[in-house]
Amino acid sequence: MKAIVYIRLKTEVLDPQGQAIESALKNLGESTINNIRQGKLIEMDIEAKNIKDAEEKIEKITKSLLANTVIEEYSIEIS
Amino acid sequence: MNVTIIRFPGTNCDLDTANAVKKVLGIEPKIISCKENKIPKSDLIIIPGGFSYGDYLRSGAIAAREPIMDDLELKGNQGVYIIGICNGFQILTERKLLPGSLLKNSSLKFISKNVELKITRNDTYFTSKYQTNEIVNIPIAHHDGNFFADQDTLDSIEANNQVAFRYLNPVNGSLNNIAGLYNKNLNILGLMPHPERAVDIRTGTKDGSRVFESALNFYST
Repeated sequence: MKAIVYIRLKTEVLDPQGQAIESALKNLGESTINNIRQGKLIEMDIEAKNIKDAEEKIEKITKSLLANTVIEEYSIEIS
Repeated sequence: MNVTIIRFPGTNCDLDTANAVKKVLGIEPKIISCKENKIPKSDLIIIPGGFSYGDYLRSGAIAAREPIMDDLELKGNQGVYIIGICNGFQILTERKLLPGSLLKNSSLKFISKNVELKITRNDTYFTSKYQTNEIVNIPIAHHDGNFFADQDTLDSIEANNQVAFRYLNPVNGSLNNIAGLYNKNLNILGLMPHPERAVDIRTGTKDGSRVFESALNFYST
């Protein structure tokens, strides 16, 4: 199975990188895009009995390493 | 007094830190690799600055999960004194031995300069040679030093008087201008400024020496 973990800063955490990207877009004349937040995507292969088993494993490694839940939130996609 | 410095791949302030310990305390510290299983018996353990594991994933994230950190956590809980400087501070927050986290500087710039810091309290192992509210000059050199914690955590840090140093002027976006903080038991200190780079007046300031002198002072009083 394939798993993808999306990680982004929590909404209450300022994202200066997102703001810098937005400011660059404004410089390019793009004025219809606002509130850019950037994050990261981590993808992996996983051996698991079923989707639930895979979700549990990915949740565990995300909490223990992939995301820092003091500042970040995440979502998991299994396929 | 036994001092141990832990070196991770990408640590680059280990020799400066060892030099500061030698110069200020006249003690030869042990530098050990993070691949060792155990930290030798130490009164003070220092995690120096640098870019452990290239700051991959998040600053300090990979180093914080090295097996040697199990022993560090155990020793920290037993009351052994620990300082994390710069990347060492990031590693200690990633390990949850200190609260909060260090985000990218709000300016998105790497900042390397001397800054003024206010000493919050001088009744700890690390600050007895300073005066409370004294202003000192110590360099910073970091990209991710913007201290963040949720409101409840921040309130608890302030209520427990855990802030060790504050920037006199805002520098990197840190909440409450926090430059360094203690755990609740006051035996673990994390700070973004580099006291080991401020031990010789020839480099501009020696205000960092007293962090090390304070530690030594603890054993002579």
